[in-house]
Amino acid sequence: MSRTTWFEENVAKALADDEVRAAIDNAAIKKIEARAAAVAEIDNFEKLRDLARDIKQHAVDNIDRYLQQFIDNVKSHGGQVHLAKTAADANRIIASIARDNDLKLAVKVKSMTTEETRLNEQLAADGVRAIETDLGEFIVQLDHDRPSHIVTPIIHKNRKVVAAAMAREIGVEYTEDPETLTMHARRYLRDVFRRCDLGVSGVNFAVAETGTICICTNEGNGRLSTTRPKVHVALMGIEKVIPRMADLAVFLKILARSSTGQPITVYTSLINGPKRPADPDGPEKLHVVILDGGRRRIQQSEYRDILRCIRCGACLNACPVYRRIGGHAYGNVYPGPIGKLLAPLLNDKTYYGGLPQASSLCGLCLEVCPVRINIPDALIRLRKDQVRDKSVPRLRQFAFQWMFRVLSSPWLYRLGQKLGRLGTAPWADGEWCRKLPGPARRLTKFRDAPRPAPKPFRQLWKSEQNRESKRPARSKITSEHRE
Amino acid sequence: MDVALFVTCLTDTLAPRAGLAVVRVLRRFGCTLHFPPDQTCCGQPAYNNGFHEEAAVMGRRLIDVFEDYERVVTPSGSCAAMVVHHLPELLAADPAYAEKSRSLAARTWEFGQFLDEVLKVDMSSINVDSSRPITYHYSCHLRGIVSAERASQMVSSLGGIDYRPLEQLNQCCGFGGAFGAIYPDISNAMTSDKLDAIQRTGAEIAVVNETGCTMTIEGAARRRGGGVKFMHLAEVLAEALGLMDEQA
Repeated sequence: MSRTTWFEENVAKALADDEVRAAIDNAAIKKIEARAAAVAEIDNFEKLRDLARDIKQHAVDNIDRYLQQFIDNVKSHGGQVHLAKTAADANRIIASIARDNDLKLAVKVKSMTTEETRLNEQLAADGVRAIETDLGEFIVQLDHDRPSHIVTPIIHKNRKVVAAAMAREIGVEYTEDPETLTMHARRYLRDVFRRCDLGVSGVNFAVAETGTICICTNEGNGRLSTTRPKVHVALMGIEKVIPRMADLAVFLKILARSSTGQPITVYTSLINGPKRPADPDGPEKLHVVILDGGRRRIQQSEYRDILRCIRCGACLNACPVYRRIGGHAYGNVYPGPIGKLLAPLLNDKTYYGGLPQASSLCGLCLEVCPVRINIPDALIRLRKDQVRDKSVPRLRQFAFQWMFRVLSSPWLYRLGQKLGRLGTAPWADGEWCRKLPGPARRLTKFRDAPRPAPKPFRQLWKSEQNRESKRPARSKITSEHRE
Repeated sequence: MDVALFVTCLTDTLAPRAGLAVVRVLRRFGCTLHFPPDQTCCGQPAYNNGFHEEAAVMGRRLIDVFEDYERVVTPSGSCAAMVVHHLPELLAADPAYAEKSRSLAARTWEFGQFLDEVLKVDMSSINVDSSRPITYHYSCHLRGIVSAERASQMVSSLGGIDYRPLEQLNQCCGFGGAFGAIYPDISNAMTSDKLDAIQRTGAEIAVVNETGCTMTIEGAARRRGGGVKFMHLAEVLAEALGLMDEQA
């Protein structure tokens, strides 16, 4: 327990950077306030959340049926479908599509699933240059960085950092003016769009009934990236499937509201197969790659509910821990409350074993989740698994076991109160301790710790009883204070 | 009206004056108080940290201790949430205790909730010292029991109060049980911001109805040099009603 973990190191680094912390905190609070305003605009939002929860849970529970229906319908539109068991499989499939079609320049629509598989690295190794076209992702890529938020990848960057990256990497004149910077990116990307031959996107929703891929973006890059290149590859996790087109309306209504506080994303692209003969534009080929990547395991476990996640990022914005430590500290592509679940469950429960404890269980994530994933409860379930698997750090396990033994027995409990009072005496400054020794020093690292009171309530109660029986009887009705 | 007090282990041990204030305020409003002496802990520390067998042991004890009382009131929203929401889930498959846990859940109230919903106390009829500005911290686990709006309204509607609303009312103070000990750095970052917000209100008194939050924020305030007085709502009410003049 005393050994510093990678997570604690990341946390210490993040907390030391006040500027980044303030940037994240401000941006996230603005988003969560925008969400509140957007949600208040419609009167049935809570019912929509119930509906979204039920639809997505039904889809997850019946995932094979809906995936098959989706696959059949994509094929009937002339699209090709590939199943990938692992992230590496997905990358290999996409790289071989590029090789087979002799594709060299890929434009990418922001996709967390391609971040999860680290697709860009695989493509680069295969001689395919992949360029991110979402402005935030473009800057992340320019700055050789990683996204720190599911929706707002550069939430951790201020405009100075962005300006420096643009000047350094694409040779434009240094400016911190957001509009000028955006125009530079736009000019750069227009040229890329003219020359690209492969478009890679994620998928927000996959409609089983129609074989439709829905992509929600704000900058129009999604539409350009999926129509301009010869080939469009869409990578999706198995949990993206929803049953009907009518269900999509529910999700479109809640996604952007929860995410950015917009009523709907600026562009909502519905894609049904590659270019048909009569179409003026569109890709010649459409490949849909469907990734398991650990999701099937989650689907078959008691954590199935977390596959409802639609990656809106609201839980990140709301989370007091995320807003303090930022996305990179989580050591995973999915940070924040949902990341504390996805990282261990998709990857490795041991490596990510410190994440489930990094929560005060304040419950704000549950309060904003559009599909009502009970994240605090799921975090407790992960902690329960650690207890079952005996992977709780030994000192912590020992401390807990003793504490529970004491709390389960009235006489040990009373003894504990007395010993706690006596035991803290050497470090006492009145009723508080400024510094405790040994493992308890963590309790006084930043704040004073209270000592057990000289007389616990149970002793006060006894004298209070005597006091009460000695006082003259008085009216028990005190109507002047009743409403 | 008979009321059994579930004082909670933290309040019993660290904030006995708040427990005493609860007793005196409830008596003032006509309740007959009982204190089953064998009570210890609701099991929440075990439950939250994944030790569910141990939590069930403590939960069953609590149910037995309070079995004979018609109403149970506790000065902690967190422990109330454990009894009202989590114990029935935890013991749902226990044939001997499933029904009993639901029964205890239905008979348990958080102190402020009890004043509001059962005793229907008119807070504006209780006058506090208007020369001492008061702010209110909403504790996270009160969610699902009393809303932040209602809970802060109860304080702000006290007679004569100079009420100073707290920014980011729904933000956690950084306590989180074992969280604060496992990740003191993150916890401290949260507590500092909370304390900043409290200090910005200019309040002299911060009402905090959760001993866990109180020890966290007050501990940080002391490290910074003090300044704010932390009190449970029951203490504020008991003082306003002249019930705390003589200590037990």
